[in-house]
Order: sequence, then structure tokens, then C-alpha cells
Amino acid sequence: MDSPAVEIVDLVKRYGASTAVDGLTFRAERGAVTAVLGPNGAGKTSTVEICEGFRKSDGGTVKVLGLAPARPELRARVGVMLQAGGVPPAMRCAEWLRLVSRFYAHPLDPGALLERLGLTGHVRTPYRRLSGGQQQRLSLAAAVVGRPELVFLDEPTAGLDPQARHACWELVGELRAAGVSVMLTTHHMDEAERLADHVVIIDRGRVVAEGTPASLTGAERQLRFRARPGLALEELLNALPAGSAAKESPAGHYIIEGLVGPELLATVTAWCAAEGVTADDLRIERRTLEDVFLELTGRELR
Amino acid sequence: MTALDFSPAPGAAPFPRMVLAQAGAEVRAMLRNGEQLLLTLIIPVLLLTGFSLAPLIDVGTERRVDFLAPGVLALAVMSTAFTGQAIATGFERRYGVLKRLGATPLSRSGLMLAKTAAVVAVEVVQAVVIVAVGLALGWRPHGSFLSAALLVVLGTAAFSGLGLLMAGTLRAEATLAAANLVYLVLLGAGGVMFPLTKFPAGVRPVLEALPISALTGGLRAVLAQGAALPLVPVAVLAAWAVVSLGLVSRTFRWE
Repeated sequence: MDSPAVEIVDLVKRYGASTAVDGLTFRAERGAVTAVLGPNGAGKTSTVEICEGFRKSDGGTVKVLGLAPARPELRARVGVMLQAGGVPPAMRCAEWLRLVSRFYAHPLDPGALLERLGLTGHVRTPYRRLSGGQQQRLSLAAAVVGRPELVFLDEPTAGLDPQARHACWELVGELRAAGVSVMLTTHHMDEAERLADHVVIIDRGRVVAEGTPASLTGAERQLRFRARPGLALEELLNALPAGSAAKESPAGHYIIEGLVGPELLATVTAWCAAEGVTADDLRIERRTLEDVFLELTGRELR
Repeated sequence: MTALDFSPAPGAAPFPRMVLAQAGAEVRAMLRNGEQLLLTLIIPVLLLTGFSLAPLIDVGTERRVDFLAPGVLALAVMSTAFTGQAIATGFERRYGVLKRLGATPLSRSGLMLAKTAAVVAVEVVQAVVIVAVGLALGWRPHGSFLSAALLVVLGTAAFSGLGLLMAGTLRAEATLAAANLVYLVLLGAGGVMFPLTKFPAGVRPVLEALPISALTGGLRAVLAQGAALPLVPVAVLAAWAVVSLGLVSRTFRWE
């Protein structure tokens, strides 16, 4: 039981001449929610599908619950939610979940699970007539109905409306509370910040940063405001306490870091007043994972 | 609202339960699908009734229904094991259903067993309907039930092999088109409705080597002429089964 939920070392996956996963190394601990965060094409799905046993790697090692991903005994212990599809279009919603539940020894009650995910009104609806969000929720239900130890969720909230997203987040929270290990992929940083114990940020098939959401975004807060581009920030820095930092990124967007408190706020607004600058959208906040990603890769997450 | 206990309790269901659950889902899917029903029941029954009652084709000296009923039984086997299975499996592959099922404890061999069980179950329904209609039309079958059953089993294996070979290698749309085309060609040229003796002598050996001809010929020999076990059709069907299923196990792509 001491092996991690997922352990990936130097994973490589190529498709022809292009390298989708390029020496990826990270682990997902048991009983924790691990979010693999990255833009489209970063190698998230390739990585997850290798863990799920659907694809073969071209190098490195992957262990799932201490075993090679292709081992048949993992099928009963691991729940899988594909990014899309996987259900016969004519299959009725409840029929599919009942079918999947019958492959497991101690399944959850399909009816109760459908109720929990707000699908009770659609039990007789064929899969193809469900909305995108309902299809996603049914796939999520099928991933957990067998009471797995570990669940892989590939972009579980893609295409969901805000209400359905929150229902999905709640379920992930309940899984974690029940001791289920969860590994999910996402390109929504708010999702990773909100759900994950551990975030692995990947870009171009490599890990660019990992840690808890707090350790990645840093404890310190930032003061942000918008104003006309090209303010003389050196002057502002002189007025601020030592150790403060100020930058303009992108043009017209200003970020002040340091001991962000009432004093610093007063200094900044006074300086703006003296410069004849109107500071718009002034706010104090923590760095987001999106900021972290931008700093690390120089690219937007989406 | 019922409380849900998500705490891990992993485990696979017993193998027979998994296979039965999947087979049940496959049977329901086949009986629910209108186009499949047209192919598996309505067309065979219409052909049997229409051509038995109306003297549109010359089948030789026998009564028409005695010639047609075994042929229509063979057609029914082909429609379910080959055409229906090829199309359904092709689209399951396309929609990622085979992939998703691969992530459950149901093994691939379990899935194939379930598909076979579902095909056989639908064939039983077809046989009951066709035999009932045939008897109502005055059909008087002879021969050994066991011999006929063995021919049907071998035919099912051969047609399943050919259907899965298509479904596992071609695109779903190509499978759909090809499976229907093959069905039509074999319906016309496989001795189902028209005796092979009506074809030119030059092409007859080729036609006789087709699985549908072997099945219609074999069933007719047993049910119309009371033969014990026609060895040539058995050998032809067995050869098709071995070759096609062997190719399936090498070429089938699940995704």
C-alpha cells in the first residue's frame, strides 16, 4: 500500500516526428487530488491515457498503484472518465450506468449516483440526446460507480455550465474525503487551485513546476491596477518600502509585490494622484496559477 | 437523498455476471435498432413469404417453401452474425465504446464472448420466427436438428469472423457501406433465393466456396433432402471461420 497512486519517471511519448511527452516525471500521492494543468497540446491526455493503459509509452516508466498500467487487475481498482464519448449513442442513461456497475463486485447504487449528479430526470434518455454537460456527468458517474481506489478524470468539467462544474467539484471533494486518489487533467487554473492538493504544471510534454497551489502561487499578495502605459515605476519604487517590486505586464497593467497592506496601498494611490494618473481596477489579490504559468512559459494557459 | 459511500471497495464481478450483463445490453441494442430488425427479421420473413406464395422464381422441382426456408435461415444467420455485428461493432469502435469497456473489469475475451452470446440469442429468435412462418406456409423440414445446428454454429463463427474483420480495420462508415453491399451480393449470388445451378458453370465453383453458399447448401441438404451431415459445406464454413477469426485476432484495432 506504500506505492504512490501514480508514479511517472522520464515518460516519453512520440507520435511520428512530434514528441507529445518529453521526459515527464511526477507522482500522485494516495488519497490526494493531483491536477495536471497545462494548455491544449501540452501532453496531458497522452500522459493520462498511458496511465490508463490505453496507450504505450516510448520511454520511461509508469506505475499505477505500484503496477504496470496494462495489468488486468488494475481494471477493477481504477475508474476512468474519458475526455469524450465511450457510450453507445442509443444507450439510455440509466441503462449504461447499470451495465457498468454490473462489472464490479461492490458497486454504488446507480440510481442514487444518478440522483446525486442531477440526472434522475434523464434515466430513459438515450446518450445522444443528453446535453454535453449531462454526458460528462454520466461519464463521471461511470468512472466512480465501481468504488475504485484511484480515479482518472480527463478534463472532467470541459463544456460544463457553472452549476454542473460545481457539482463535479463537490463530487471530487467527496471522493477525496472518502480516501479515493484522484488524478485529473484540466486547463482551468481555478479548478486546479480549488480542487488539488498537488498541482503539476506541464507544457510541451515537460513538468515546468509542481507543488501545492499555495506554494506555486506564493503566500504574498499583489496589488494590481490598470493605468496608461509607460509609468515611471522607478520613482514609485523609491517611495515604497525596501523589498517591494513593481512591474508592468502587459502594457498598462501594473503589479506591485511586497508587504501589501494599507500603507503600501496609500503610497501607491498618493503617487498616482501626484502623477495625475487614474488607477483603474485597483485590487489586492494573490498570484493565480495562470500568472505562474505565464511567468514560467511566457505563454497564456489558454 | 441517499447517502453514497465512495470509500474504495474495488473488485471485479464474477466473469459470468459480467458477460451476461454485456450480452443482455447487446441483445437489447440489436432488438431496439430499427434498421437491424429490418435486416434480421423483416427482410427474411418477407422474402420467405413473398417468394413462397408467388411463383416468381424457378427453384427446380421441389415445392418453393422447402427450397426457400433453409436459404432464408442461412440469410438470417448472415444478417445477424455478419452485417449487424460488423456495423454495430464498427460504430462502437468509432464512438470509443470498446475503449471505455476496456477500462472496466470486462476483459476483451469476455466482451467477445458476450457479443457471440448476443448473436446466438438473436439467431434463436430469428429461427423461431422463420420456422413458424415456414411451417405456416406448408414447409416440411426433414433431417437432423443437430446437423442443422452445427452448420448454423459454424456459419455464425465464419460470418462473425468476417464481420469483426471489417469492423476492426475499416472506418465505421466504410464498414456500414461494405457490410450492406456484401449482404446484398451474397443474398443474390449465394443460393439463398436462386439455385446456384442457374449460374454459368464457370463461376459456380467460386460461388460454392462462399460461406453463404456453404450454409444454404448445407442447410438445404439436411432440411430438404434429409442428409446426415454434408461434409463439404462443413469444411468450407470451418475454413472461413479459422481464417477470418485468425485474421481478426491479428488485425483488430480496439480504438
